[in-house]
Amino acid sequence: MKNEILITTAHLVKKFPIGGHFFTALNDVNLTIRAGEFTGLVGPSGSGKTTLLNIIGALDNPTEGVAVVMGQDTKTLNHKQAARLRSECLGFIFQTYNLLPVYTVFENVEFPLLLLGIASSDRKKSVMKALEWVGLTDKVSSRPSQLSGGECQRVSIARAMVKRPKLVLADEPTANLDAANSHNVLKMMLQLNREMGTTFIFASHDEKVIGYLRRKIGLTDGKVVEDKIISTQNHEESETPC
Amino acid sequence: MIRFLLKGLLRDRNRSIFPVLVISGGVMITVLFYCWIFGVMGDVTQTSAKMDTGHVKIMTQAYADIAGQMPNDLALFGIGEMLSKLRQEYPETDWVARVKFGGLLDFPDEYGETRAQGPVFGIGIDLISPESTERKRLNLEDALVQGRLPQAEGEIVVSEQFAVDLGVNIGETATLISATANGSMAIHNFILVGTVHFGVAALDKGAMLADISDIQYALDMEDGAGEILGYFPNLIFDEKRAYAMADQFNNAYRAVEDEFSPVMLTLKDQSGLGAYLDMVDFYIFIFLFGFIFVMSLVLWNTGLMSGIRRYGEIGVRLAIGESKGHVYSSLIYEAILTGIIGSAVGTALGIGISYYLQEVGLDISGMTQSSTMMMSNVMRARVTLPAFYVGFVPGLLATALGAVISGIGVFRRQTSELFKELET
Ligand SMILES: Nc1ncnc2c1ncn2[C@@H]1O[C@H](COP(=O)(O)OP(=O)(O)OP(=O)(O)O)[C@@H](O)[C@H]1O
Ligand SMILES: [Mg+2]
Repeated sequence: MKNEILITTAHLVKKFPIGGHFFTALNDVNLTIRAGEFTGLVGPSGSGKTTLLNIIGALDNPTEGVAVVMGQDTKTLNHKQAARLRSECLGFIFQTYNLLPVYTVFENVEFPLLLLGIASSDRKKSVMKALEWVGLTDKVSSRPSQLSGGECQRVSIARAMVKRPKLVLADEPTANLDAANSHNVLKMMLQLNREMGTTFIFASHDEKVIGYLRRKIGLTDGKVVEDKIISTQNHEESETPC
Repeated sequence: MIRFLLKGLLRDRNRSIFPVLVISGGVMITVLFYCWIFGVMGDVTQTSAKMDTGHVKIMTQAYADIAGQMPNDLALFGIGEMLSKLRQEYPETDWVARVKFGGLLDFPDEYGETRAQGPVFGIGIDLISPESTERKRLNLEDALVQGRLPQAEGEIVVSEQFAVDLGVNIGETATLISATANGSMAIHNFILVGTVHFGVAALDKGAMLADISDIQYALDMEDGAGEILGYFPNLIFDEKRAYAMADQFNNAYRAVEDEFSPVMLTLKDQSGLGAYLDMVDFYIFIFLFGFIFVMSLVLWNTGLMSGIRRYGEIGVRLAIGESKGHVYSSLIYEAILTGIIGSAVGTALGIGISYYLQEVGLDISGMTQSSTMMMSNVMRARVTLPAFYVGFVPGLLATALGAVISGIGVFRRQTSELFKELET
């Protein structure tokens, strides 16, 4: 299972119409991502990281080429099928957390399970478990506005992980966090990656993130300019006794 | 899931309380306006019908042409026979004869010299016969201020205001100076037995009521009357019936070349009342539509604003795996829910206030002092069945439509664009 291919992109091109012409945000991207990876899309601002994550997450369609995610060509999916793919297989973590402000921590984490139609008692168990992973069991009934940034991001990790998706897409998850919180959150994700085999794809230009990656895909002007496996002898191995 | 969405709705005031307030405000004003206009319009019709036009009225053609001048020289004669014929042919309609006249009412002192004198508008009606329906129709018992109503020949009542202005008291002799049906001077003595307050400015300035037989005698028009009025049951004007009756009557009795032949006119045909009522109808129509239109725009905009404001939330929900159809229908159900609650609250408030205005009324006598229109000094709203839906339906439709239109943005946009809007 470990080497199962989750994502392939072939000759992926994304163009955005700007004024009269088109702006090419992704240019001939060819990638294969396997189950269990902890991979980062790294590159300067505007290099196309978010665009690529959106296409992988079936939130956006490529202009040319194909993206096959868990065996499904995202271009052929209708609204409903794309929603089902996201609901059943994908978790999202955003730079700005994007928690629903009117709901409590518990309810925010519960939401993906509601969409999956999971029974109330099972939901409760799963939510509490996910909040345990991120160490927020004492904040279940707080509102997002009552939490710190780090706590918010931990809630959003719990929300992404609660349904135990195969793949988590994290767009600049540490950009709004201080160093201590960043490391904290990254360690948490690495641990989930190891313990549950969840595949993580990050978009980031944060050095702290890069330090944790096991594969780094460099993007510049929409092109893949670097793709390397980083040795597992990284510092986090010594720091995180599992 | 529904519980989850409801929780969100209740906690987010921008989505619940604010739209409900806007909707209920708009609906309330619509309902209130409708009831008010309906009440006022109904009152004008009712008052005119009672005091002046009847639901249908028979006059000679010549009289009808200049009815405003009360030309009793052009009056109908042989009305006894005509009345019994009408009562036979249209037994459901109540037929009464009236003589309207103008003149001077003179109150002499003990030497027979004029002590006080004023112009009056007079109506001779069936006041004293035991089967009289007019006392009740004109609500005279309640209108009485001083003294009593005429019970015998030779007795009159006048407007309270008129009596006060002239400084006359009940029990005094009043001499009517007017013109007979054949154009000579008429002088007749009455005894003032009471004063009334009609609550209609046009009459309270100076009106006298006498029994019709006294007036026929005084104006030398035995078995004659200026007008025969027909009233439908329960004083409800039925336009169709009135026109049908008038057509039938005119075909049978009217001779175009004979200006003394009778003609029947409906309430709407008389003294511009029809034009007035049509105009009011038209304005109600314009107002309601204008209002509904504006309200729809406001509510649509409210829907739009909260829709746009929520693109971020919607983007996240989509990213987490909710389908666009589900998000869209939840937006619409939400709008329907707030629409129903807002419209119900607005309708309840509108009807509540209208009901109060129906029972208590609004005294506008200050504004009607110089009015010659037959309208009450106390205007009242009237709560009718349509009041329950004239506001409710558009309130609900406008809200739902607002959500339908603003929600289209959810479909039109790429999902990634939706939540880009919340990242910035
Ligand atoms: N909807 C859009 N319309 C037009 N241009 C777009 C759109 N979305 C992205 N772009 C452009 O595509 C390019 C890549 O954008 P993208 O958001 O993928 O960059 P990024 O690598 O995520 O940058 P950052 O690190 O700042 O988040 C940018 O130049 C951006 O201006
Ligand atoms: Mg980005």
